[in-house]
This record gives sequence, C-alpha cells and structure tokens, in this order.
Amino acid sequence: MQISKDKFKLVGTQLGEAEKISKPSLSFWKDVFIRFRKNKLALFGLVLLGLLIFMAIFGPYMTPYDYASNDLSNKNQAPSSEHWFGTDDLGRDMFARTWEGARISIFIGVAAAVIDLIIGVLWGGIAGYKGGRTDEGMMRFADILYGVPYLLLVILLMVVLGQGLSTMIIAMSITGWINMSRIVRGQVLSLKNQEYVLAAKTLGANTSRIMAKHLIPNSMGPILVTMTLTVPSAIFTEAFLSFIGLGLTPPIASWGTMANDGLAAMRYYPWRLFFPAVFICLTIFAFNVVGDGLRDALDPRMRK
Amino acid sequence: MAKYIGKRLLYMILSLWMIVTATFFFMRIAPGNPFASEKKLPPEIEANLNAHFGLDKPWYAQYWEYLVRIVNWDFGPSFKYKSQTVNDLINEGFPVSFLLGMEAIFIAVAVGVLLGIIAALKHNRWPDYTAMIVAVLGISVPSFIMASFLQYFLAIKMGIFPVARWESFMHSVLPAVALASTPMAFIARLTRSSMLEVLANDYIKTAKSKGLSRGVITVKHTIRNALLPVVTYMGPLTAGILTGSFVIERIFGIPGLGAHFVTSINNRDYTVIMGVTVFYSILLLVSILLVDIAYGIIDPRIKLAGGKKGE
Repeated sequence: MQISKDKFKLVGTQLGEAEKISKPSLSFWKDVFIRFRKNKLALFGLVLLGLLIFMAIFGPYMTPYDYASNDLSNKNQAPSSEHWFGTDDLGRDMFARTWEGARISIFIGVAAAVIDLIIGVLWGGIAGYKGGRTDEGMMRFADILYGVPYLLLVILLMVVLGQGLSTMIIAMSITGWINMSRIVRGQVLSLKNQEYVLAAKTLGANTSRIMAKHLIPNSMGPILVTMTLTVPSAIFTEAFLSFIGLGLTPPIASWGTMANDGLAAMRYYPWRLFFPAVFICLTIFAFNVVGDGLRDALDPRMRK
Repeated sequence: MAKYIGKRLLYMILSLWMIVTATFFFMRIAPGNPFASEKKLPPEIEANLNAHFGLDKPWYAQYWEYLVRIVNWDFGPSFKYKSQTVNDLINEGFPVSFLLGMEAIFIAVAVGVLLGIIAALKHNRWPDYTAMIVAVLGISVPSFIMASFLQYFLAIKMGIFPVARWESFMHSVLPAVALASTPMAFIARLTRSSMLEVLANDYIKTAKSKGLSRGVITVKHTIRNALLPVVTYMGPLTAGILTGSFVIERIFGIPGLGAHFVTSINNRDYTVIMGVTVFYSILLLVSILLVDIAYGIIDPRIKLAGGKKGE
C-alpha cells in the first residue's frame, strides 16, 4: 500500500505541550472521594446516613407529641395518621421516641469513637514514635488488656458503675481504644523514618509538632476507617446492653430499650419491636458500608 | 513452637489474672450489700452470714482466698439462691449452651464458607453481588433482632418452628440460625477475599495450563489454601457465639448458661456475675489460644518460634 507523503506533517518538538498536565491535579482526599463515589453501595450508605442524621435532628419536631409524656387512653395504638409509628404501652408516640432514640444511639456511637480516637492516637502515637522500651511496655499492656473479653468487661462495668449514658460510654472506651492505638502505632512506625520527617527534625521541629503536622495527618485514612467502623459496634453494644437489662433507664428512649420493651409485646403489637429494630439495622448498615467503601477508596491497591 | 506457646500461655494467665482481680474489686465497690433485702436483718444474723461467706476478713485475705478458689475451679456460691453454687449453674446450663453454640458454629462455618466460595468463583457477577449483600445484611442485623424477627415470622405467624423452649432438634433451629447469622456473614466475606487472593496466584495459572479441570483446581488448590484465614476467625467466632447466647437464650427461653447469666445480672446476684464472667473468660481465652496454636500447625508458612509471626 502506498501512502502519499503529504499526509504527514513535521510538527517538531513542542516543549510547552509535553510539559502540560492534561488532568487537573487532585489532592489525595479528592482522589479518595472520586473512588468512593464509584462505589454505589457506599454512596447509598452515605445518603442513608445523611437521612438518618437529618431525622435525628428534626424528627422529634415533626410531630406534636413528646417522646416522654404518657397518654394512657391511647396505649398500644397501631401506626396511623395520628401516631405515625404507633404508640407504646404507656401511650407514648413511637415516632417521637424513635428519633429521640436515633439521637441517643448516634451520640453514643460518635462519643465512643471520639474517645477511642483520642486515647488511641495518643497511646499508639507515643508508643510508635518513641519505640524501644516505651513501645514494648505500652503495647504489652495493651495486649494484656486486649485479652479481656470486650462485652464481658462492659457488662461488668455497667453492673458496678450503675446504668447511665456516661457510664456506658466509659465502659465501652475502656478497652475500645486498643484497636485504634494498634493501627496508629503501625502507621507511625512506617512513617517515622520517612525523609520528610527527617527533614522536619533537621529544621528543628519538636516531637509534638512532628506528630501533629506530619505523622497523624498522614495516618488519617486508616484512623477514619477505624472510627467509622467503631460507631456501629458502639450502637450495637448499646442496644445489646439495653436488651439484657443493663441499658439506659426510662424515660430516656434508646433503640435498645425500645426493642427490649417491644419484644415482650411482639405477638400482639409487633410495630413496637419493628420500628426500633429496623432503624438499628439501617444505622449499623449505613455506617458499615460507608466504612467499607472508605477503606476500599483509601487502599492504593484498588487504584486502577 | 514451645517457646511461642509458653509466651502465649503467660499472656493468657496475665489477662485472666487481670479479669479475676478486676471482678473482685469491682464487686467490692458495687453498690448494695449482698444480703440487702426489704427486711432488715438482725445484726447477729448479718454477722453470721458475713462470717459464713468470709466477708468479715480483711480484703487481702478475701482476695487471696478468691484466687485460690478460682485455681481450684470453684467459682463460689450464689448470694440470692442459697442452695446453689456457681458451679451448679455452670454444670446445669453450660451443656445446653454448648450444644446450641456448636450448632451455630457449624451453620456459620458451613454456610459462610459456601457463600464465600460461590461469590469468589462468580466474581463480579450476580451470585457475587447477592452473596455479598446477604453478608452485609448479616453483619448489620444484630443477632437479637434477627432472633425476634425469625421468631415472629417463622414461628408465631407461619408456625413452621416451635416458638420457644428447648425440647427437640426443631426447637434449636431458629436460635442456632439467629446466633450464626452475624459470624456467618463475616466468614463469607473472609472466604471470598481470601479465595480471590489465592485465585490470582501463579500456581493456579499453572494448574490451569496443565489442563486440570475447574473442579480439581477449586477443591485441591484454591479452597485448601483459601480457608487458612478462616481458621483465624474461629477465636472471635467463639466470642461472638458466646455473648450472642445471652440474648438468644433469653428470647427463646432456653435454659442455658447465657440465660442464667442475664438473670443474675437482673437480680444483681454479684457472686454469680463474678463467677460466670471468670468462667466465660477462661473459656474464651483458652479457645483463642487453641485456635492460634492450631493455625501455626496447619499453616507451615507461619513461624511461631521466637514469638513473632512471620510475614
């Protein structure tokens, strides 16, 4: 086949063109977000979570009924236009109680995650950065504490400290931070010998600055994933404790106590179990898929 | 190996000692007197009771006695039910819980592994998506909610299974399924990801190019290697089944140790809470240790000697 020469043209070297970056530069978190967005299930989880949080904030104001006031003439009503989720055995509106419960459950989850974060980052960060004997000692202590079965210890603490919101969060945090500290320590160990840390040291940065400016921000990915996955486990623990009679005391409405009350009446008034149970599942589901999606989006091996 | 087991044993004993010590001091600071009741006891009787249970001695003597008793497998009396000891409760309730737990473990492992294998073999096709959605649901639905839904729909509404009690095999199906649902989902996800990892290996390609059939490759080369990580999950699995039994036994009215434990919590029967907690901790820590040792034996790539796990 003959190709005539005039089909070709000498373009020469276009230096400026070769140097141009065709794609806009992406920061790490933008990149993560783009990958996260491709995960349909995780995106669905995020939307669901947004809805749940929205309802937790505004839900209690959408109905004229109060979550704690009794109305004995209207007890055990089935869901209707008056009481959207029905009423319980004291005539309290289940719709108001459900969103009040959402506040409590999400608060417990987030509070437990934040406390784990603070203790875990300090403990794991110091152990990883100092290394040597300090690391050995701190992590051995964490290992021994880690051997203590989590739920048993929480139950024991609830029995001793008495029931209540703050005792529940304290009980969950006593061993909950260990996982976080292990992850932070691992991250710090792998980061502390990088050149930019050395550069920061050479420039005279002290330990706390290196930690706060370099080590912790660069470990943010795994920390965030761990936090996201701590929230559903704390929500589960609250429901579990309430279910075995160690939860929050009335008139506080938590999903666990509502499910526990509903179980006794399941045969005749199934909605009293149905609503809290479904919302516990939805919340745990949403946090789990968002956490999983975040983990996949942060994992460089998933990059195509 | 011996060094590794020795080291692990030492840690286990330290953890156990921490639990025993913590329970002992927790119970001392717990509110309320063990003999507190509506009727005020005459001081003489109270002194006698205290002497009978050794409560008149100083705390260190009590602590030491408690440690000695635990070592001798004596978990102490019940303050609420005078004729019953914690050991009686364990002997009576644990066999039931054990049976239920074993059934649940069997379901969790069998169904979980099967789902994981199917998902991995049909990667990114509908069986994979279906299996993984089932798994996410299994993880998101707490066992006690699963139990109440199963009980409501399958037993109360449809009448396929008995509602509660512990009499025949049929009575054990629903509680075992409810107990197994969450660990099953974890096992399915674990099996899937480990299968996918194994399938990407060169020796699978070699086996294919040798002309081996798909079935042989799957059974002989993939599953055998992919199941190793599942073994590591046996420790958390035991823990999950055990704590799950507290609520499941309560919902289905099963006279197991879990149900007794919850009753003692509600009665604030401190000595029973203390004793059963220690018993459960021993059970859990020993089974986790056994799993780790078994893992070291099954997987020759892991070098346990020297106490550090090889990469």
